[in-house]
Amino acid sequence: MATPAAPVTTPYTMPSAVCSLLRGAGTCKIAALSMTAAEIDALRLSLSVALRSVAVSLPFAIAVAWLLARSRLRGRMVLDAIVHLPLVLPPVVVGYLLLVLFGIRGPIGRWLYESLGVQLTFTTAGAALATAVMSFPLVVRAIRLSLESVDHGLEDAARTLGAGRWDRFFTITLPLMLPGILAGSVIAFAAGLGEFGAVITFASNIPGETRTLPLALYTALQTPGGDALAARLATISIALGLMGLLTAELLARRMRRLLGR
Amino acid sequence: MFKIRVAMQRDAFALDVSIDVSSPGVVALFGRSGCGKTTLIDVIAGLLKAHDSHIEIDGVVLEDTASNHYVESERRRIGYVFQDARLFPHMSVLANLHYGLRRARGVAQRTSFDTVVQLLGLEALLERRPHQLSGGERQRVALGRALLSQPRLLLLDEPLAGLDAARRDEVLPYLERLRDELAIPMIYVSHQFEEVLRLATHVVLMSEGRSVAQGTLDSVSLHPELRAIVGPEGIGAVLSGRVEVVDESSGLASVRVGGNVLNLSLRGVRPGAQVRIHLLARDLILATVRPEGLSVRTVLQGTVARIADDDPDTELVYVDLGGPFVVARVTRAASVALALRIGSPVWVLVKSVSIRGHAFAIPEPARA
Repeated sequence: MATPAAPVTTPYTMPSAVCSLLRGAGTCKIAALSMTAAEIDALRLSLSVALRSVAVSLPFAIAVAWLLARSRLRGRMVLDAIVHLPLVLPPVVVGYLLLVLFGIRGPIGRWLYESLGVQLTFTTAGAALATAVMSFPLVVRAIRLSLESVDHGLEDAARTLGAGRWDRFFTITLPLMLPGILAGSVIAFAAGLGEFGAVITFASNIPGETRTLPLALYTALQTPGGDALAARLATISIALGLMGLLTAELLARRMRRLLGR
Repeated sequence: MFKIRVAMQRDAFALDVSIDVSSPGVVALFGRSGCGKTTLIDVIAGLLKAHDSHIEIDGVVLEDTASNHYVESERRRIGYVFQDARLFPHMSVLANLHYGLRRARGVAQRTSFDTVVQLLGLEALLERRPHQLSGGERQRVALGRALLSQPRLLLLDEPLAGLDAARRDEVLPYLERLRDELAIPMIYVSHQFEEVLRLATHVVLMSEGRSVAQGTLDSVSLHPELRAIVGPEGIGAVLSGRVEVVDESSGLASVRVGGNVLNLSLRGVRPGAQVRIHLLARDLILATVRPEGLSVRTVLQGTVARIADDDPDTELVYVDLGGPFVVARVTRAASVALALRIGSPVWVLVKSVSIRGHAFAIPEPARA
């Protein structure tokens, strides 16, 4: 196991973009916010994993939400249940299932490795996959709600105006679902920053590769004298989570105003 | 112009209608709510499927069950103005108007953007969003949007139903302009008699999923089914006539209907104009001798053609004016006192001001 964050590396100042997000415009050179390389790494990894997980799950989530809300697909209830499984399963179980499927000897993992040279276990991509699976129900739920509130009559109107199936979807349905898609993405992103169990099970705890904020925090707690570091990491996590939630709310309000609701 | 035959069954509701109209203009589907009007135009628009249908517009067959032919809604080029406008909330008025126009590019343009904007008075609204519009403005934009998709037929589903009286009066003249200035056939669904009176050139009277009568408004205005739609106070004959003389000083116009001339309080019409008059049964007075010394400006001679029960106290007396028919409501007591029976000669008295709000200019009757 790797050692916890090095205590005496060069103090880092946060990039000013992140800084202005946190503190408004202006410079940012507060002692409390200067971070070590390992902390930066964990933060960067968390952001990257969360972002990638959202990017991966979004198209699938839109498709599944559409199937659940609009199609007359048989077995919709089963699909619904499967999608929601990660909410009720212990994350370790999700991680385990991913290992079974996507591990180097798993049916999908082997194919990925042998034909594309892609390995998911022990990689950032793997951490993103685990995170995507865990936050999938949140995204689907938000998108489905907004899809259900889209008036079917508007699609009929578009139809009489000469718009075909995909035309209607991209010009009417999708834009009107946007509030849900945005809200779902932001929530999934914020939740993804903190995914722990599935990530550590499937992608392990490798500094610079899969050691995201919660994993770094966990490691710090396991290390003698890591309390201060743990506290700092916890603070960063809380700040990020709050920002995510507030952003989601602001976006939702702006969208509602735009749509005149 | 169009031939429509639709049969379908949905739950306990059966629809079985056929409409055959040879002239362009406004066909009013008139009937109580729940009689299947909206279902019928949804089928025509291709939004609902009937189990047996033949829909043909201007010689183009859009669906025909017998030959298993079905054109998808988006390819029908049938404009639809919904009761609730259904403007796209995430687009400006301009983008809404362009939506159908852009998708009708391959089609020969019969209605230009400028024409529609000018005809419907939309200049000032183009930059706005749907939620910034009043109900009447919304319907005008919806009309424009449908017209710009270059439809071969325009369906209007009670476009004024969601509006209050003032908004309705604001939109109605625009509909009249569309009828008079664009040669787009329309099917207009309504259960408001006034709208039908002002707009329709052909009426299909519907009841419980069937078309019970169709023809000119004059010819269906005495149909018994109308009573259920317009209520007892709304019963009355509709007469079409031509304005002969307009006396600007008195505000009276004389209108020739068949062999009769009615002097009516009617401003804003020109000699030669076609007008349609709704003579309410409750406003007509019958006399068995020619009366004199009255304020009434119109006295018509006719014979009683039919007497029907109305309510316990009154009867409806149908009078043949030598072509056109009118109907008058009289008390049973009066009927007995005058000894009215079929064939009795009577005089019909029409108070000039009673037709205010019940007479409208209409376009020339189309040559069939």
